Amino acid sequence: MLVIVGAFLFTPTAEGLGESTRILYFHVPCAWVAALAFLVSAMYSIIYLKKQNAIYDMWASSSAEIGMVFTVLATITGSIWAKAIWHSYWNWDPRETSIFILLLIYAAYFALRSAVDDNEQKARLSAVYSIIAFVTVPFLIFVVPRILESLHPDPLINTEGKINMNSKMLVVFLGSLTGFTFLYYWILKLKIGSYQLAGVIQKKLGKD
Amino acid sequence: MIELKAHNLSKNFNERIVFKNINFELSRGTSLAITGHNGSGKTTLVKIISGLISPSSGSVEFTADLVKKAYNEIYKYIGLVGPYIQLYNSLSAWENLIFFSRMRGITPDKEKIRTFMDKLGLRGRELDDVRSYSSGMMQRLKYVTALLHEPEVFIVDEPTSNLDAAGSQIVYDILEKQKKDKILIVATNEAEESRFGEQIINLTSE
Amino acid sequence: MASKLLTLLQNSVFIFIKDVRLEFRTRYAVNAMILFAITTLTAISFSLGPVRLDPNLVSSLLWILLFFSSMSSLSHIFVREEEQQTSDTLRLISGPIPIFLGKWLFNVVLILCLEIIIVPLFFILLNASVQGMSIFIVVLILGSIGLATVSTVIAAIISQASVKGALFAVLAFPISLPILISSINGTRLSIEGNNFSESMDYIQALFSFLVVIFTVSLLVFEFIWKK
Repeated sequence: MLVIVGAFLFTPTAEGLGESTRILYFHVPCAWVAALAFLVSAMYSIIYLKKQNAIYDMWASSSAEIGMVFTVLATITGSIWAKAIWHSYWNWDPRETSIFILLLIYAAYFALRSAVDDNEQKARLSAVYSIIAFVTVPFLIFVVPRILESLHPDPLINTEGKINMNSKMLVVFLGSLTGFTFLYYWILKLKIGSYQLAGVIQKKLGKD
Repeated sequence: MIELKAHNLSKNFNERIVFKNINFELSRGTSLAITGHNGSGKTTLVKIISGLISPSSGSVEFTADLVKKAYNEIYKYIGLVGPYIQLYNSLSAWENLIFFSRMRGITPDKEKIRTFMDKLGLRGRELDDVRSYSSGMMQRLKYVTALLHEPEVFIVDEPTSNLDAAGSQIVYDILEKQKKDKILIVATNEAEESRFGEQIINLTSE
Repeated sequence: MASKLLTLLQNSVFIFIKDVRLEFRTRYAVNAMILFAITTLTAISFSLGPVRLDPNLVSSLLWILLFFSSMSSLSHIFVREEEQQTSDTLRLISGPIPIFLGKWLFNVVLILCLEIIIVPLFFILLNASVQGMSIFIVVLILGSIGLATVSTVIAAIISQASVKGALFAVLAFPISLPILISSINGTRLSIEGNNFSESMDYIQALFSFLVVIFTVSLLVFEFIWKK
């Protein structure tokens, strides 16, 4: 597992047209994982509310933790790329705005969790928020590109996408995307494992 | 005819176990006293029985005429008096009682309200804002609120808190009557009040 | 089946009336909201001076004002029950749906009442006017009901947490974004006075989001309310 993940992480450094474009291999998968983690978190939130078993809350919050980290990474790498291409760190263009909103949602989720002491309540309320936030996402996708309607249109990242990715780039890109997905899944399982281990240890200590 | 059964009720908050495996069965004419020192979980158990909190495991079953009822069907069958059941301070006693009656699907009856207010020693105070009540009067008013709809299951957490001797006597009379005619559950610190339950659950063990 | 629905609606109305009565006696939320809105409006108007603003700015300022006015008072309806320890009393006599509906209605009425006062004042102080009045009204009402809906469900969540004040805005903002963006754009178009078809897009977006968020909130409220 480790080897596969490592291999995929190293390929991004191998190829690429134009130095700055290489960050694409890192930045887009980060954003992808950020969104995937949110979806997974919302799913487990729904399951938690149905089944009322704390294990699902563990999945939901762990996924959210990873998601948050990747969102921060995506924001930073996106910003660096923006500086390289458009010479400014932040433009409020639709993609940047979307990732920032995702960051806000994650931050709100964790703010809520830290404001509740009782584990059951914490799990229940954050599951609810996760679902509400998730429902908002399709509308944000539709509506966010409209923020700057009245201002001058910024060059969107889409214009980059229109440049034909030749097959080499495409392979590396997809490889990176897959690698990141595996990385996410791997970290998630690690997290769950460590939480469960901690739980077992605590119980043993409690018995002594 | 309401019956109330508790199966293996357990409750824990985070890692702290409050109680485990509580079982009991109640029907008309039976009663239960829940005893234990402060913090032993009496209030938690009461809240679970009344449907305010869910148990960590186990269940409480209400049956009316052999048909299982969910909590949202039995609002008019339960009456609860406890320190955490407050009334709306900025409304009058009358307005509070009308609101609760309507929500329970009962047409408010002026005469009945007056009778109950009298019985609890609150004659003439219907129109006063609840915030003008002393704590003893408030406790009495809580009894009016909980009994007005003549519930099948009457639950009291700390029956005589804030009450003087006269008030306590009124309450004891009410509890005796409830014990005979309905289902009564009493949670109390006072040892002598445990006589109101023919079954007793003591939460201090463990 | 129909009688159950009727009871639910009736109970919602009872709760709404109870809350309105309480609000009349204490006037806590109303005062907070109006004072906040007027203070903010004064600050805006004063600091901008007699400048003629472009429609986008006017529209954005209006909705920022409305959003933060909501944040200052729409959580009161749940927080008050917790603080006065009447929420268990309420749990004892009602299921979650009438509670949500009754309090939602309260928040909708509250924000609409605020707007009757603040919106005209806003346009007077900022020296602006609306060309397409009917679009403006539709956007205003849909957007307000949207804000009220989001505020109601988030208020229910935070009333059970600590540190209620800051948390309310933090949680509500991302969820309010679709409403804010569509409303700001729709209002801007109504100020400019043309472009009916474009504003229809935003009105549709507002309406569909409102329906979705209301339904989800209603479904999910049970999990917030039942402990």
